[in-house]
Amino acid sequence: MCLAIPGQIVELVDPVNRLARVNVAGVQRTVNIAMVDGDDGGAVPGDWVLIHVGFALSKVDEAEAQATLRLLEQMGAEYELELAELKASVIE
Amino acid sequence: MKFVDEYRDADLGRALAAEIVTTVEPGRHYKVMEVCGGHTHTIYKYGVDDLLPANVELVHGPGCPVCVIPMGRVDDAIAVARIPEVIFTCFGDMMRVPGSAGTLLDAKAEGADVRMVYSPLDALRIARQNPGRQVVFFAIGFETTAPSTALTLMRAKAERVPNFSCFCNHVTIVPPLRALLESPDLRLDGFIGPGHVSTVVGARPFEFIPRDYGKPIVISGFEPLDVLQSVHMVLTQLAQGRCEVENQYTRVVPYDGNPRALEALAEVFELRPHFEWRGLGFISQSGLKLSAAYRDFDAESRYPVPGIRVADPKACQCGEVLKGVIKPWECKVFGTACTPERPIGTCMVSSEGACAAYYNYGRLARERQVV
Ligand code: SF4
Repeated sequence: MCLAIPGQIVELVDPVNRLARVNVAGVQRTVNIAMVDGDDGGAVPGDWVLIHVGFALSKVDEAEAQATLRLLEQMGAEYELELAELKASVIE
Repeated sequence: MKFVDEYRDADLGRALAAEIVTTVEPGRHYKVMEVCGGHTHTIYKYGVDDLLPANVELVHGPGCPVCVIPMGRVDDAIAVARIPEVIFTCFGDMMRVPGSAGTLLDAKAEGADVRMVYSPLDALRIARQNPGRQVVFFAIGFETTAPSTALTLMRAKAERVPNFSCFCNHVTIVPPLRALLESPDLRLDGFIGPGHVSTVVGARPFEFIPRDYGKPIVISGFEPLDVLQSVHMVLTQLAQGRCEVENQYTRVVPYDGNPRALEALAEVFELRPHFEWRGLGFISQSGLKLSAAYRDFDAESRYPVPGIRVADPKACQCGEVLKGVIKPWECKVFGTACTPERPIGTCMVSSEGACAAYYNYGRLARERQVV
């Protein structure tokens, strides 16, 4: 549960509850983006965010997102487990 | 220097390793604590410590959220989970943490409705879908995770979800660091600061370390090169007689943290007078509980929580591992009675735990080194 996985925002699905659909390693899931609602207009489709327990923790640039993904992929089992848990998640 | 080939920029890794050698005083022994379990994981997996001179020792700190939960709190969780109307939800790792009489997974096998969730928002959805049941979320984690619980509770309150509550075990990172710095059995030269926690709290809360204790701290990213560079930054501060908070992970960590997350924390939580940490004992103002405005969502006020204090099993040396006093393999039961499949202590449960990280990678590293 300690991992923060990069994902790319696809679309805002619930503006009131600050929920957005993100693409994480090919899987689309809903996460909360309230924490990245910064003064710069917040996260918009196309932005990369680090996701931790269903919440976007911070925005990152694409290079950082790719590097983090690569690092996670090399972790093997733990990353697979985290992805499996994420896939089972249904945030609405 | 075999592992360095796996680094994103192996040349940079080699250059840094060579530079570190020239930064240290040969006769001096350096102890640098990496606070966060994520760093422990990187260090063992990529053999970062193998690239360091023999007199630079990396010491593992208390920053693995699963590892610091004391046995009594697991027993309390199991007691709540056994209440028939309760659906008890928690992160996967917590299901395997041993209490004094088994784990949540054991309780589940015996009929308790324990469900693994990825996010506190999943727990809230389960509550909405099961209006006839009570859904309790077992909240654990440092400031990285606590804002997620806070935002979930804010939504539960706004939507008036009556059957949702939280068994709060969130902890804060500064008090245990202060406790370690005050402890006489550990002489540390500097710290590698936690990257994800700092995303939320920023670098500022760590200013007390140089100010009050005269030690450097460098907030670090999680790539092997990040950790290596952070070690170099700590050693450079020491060589130059400086001590300050430096941020190696500026690409993710703003100096003042995440204002939205901090607002959510302030809204939902308040500090407990003290909280028990596995192996570290009671530390004052180190744990969070729900504030008065969220009392209705507090499982501890909804249910009788036994609150018993349970001593760690005799064989278990997690406390010493969490304080960095011993290395995982120095625990008598490491790898024999205590393995990731059948953990005795918490440090073997989560992959961020020092014992699990060493079990999974460290031994491999040692063997590879010998070859
Ligand atoms: S080997 Fe097991 S009991 Fe010993 S310190 Fe590690 S987790 Fe704790």
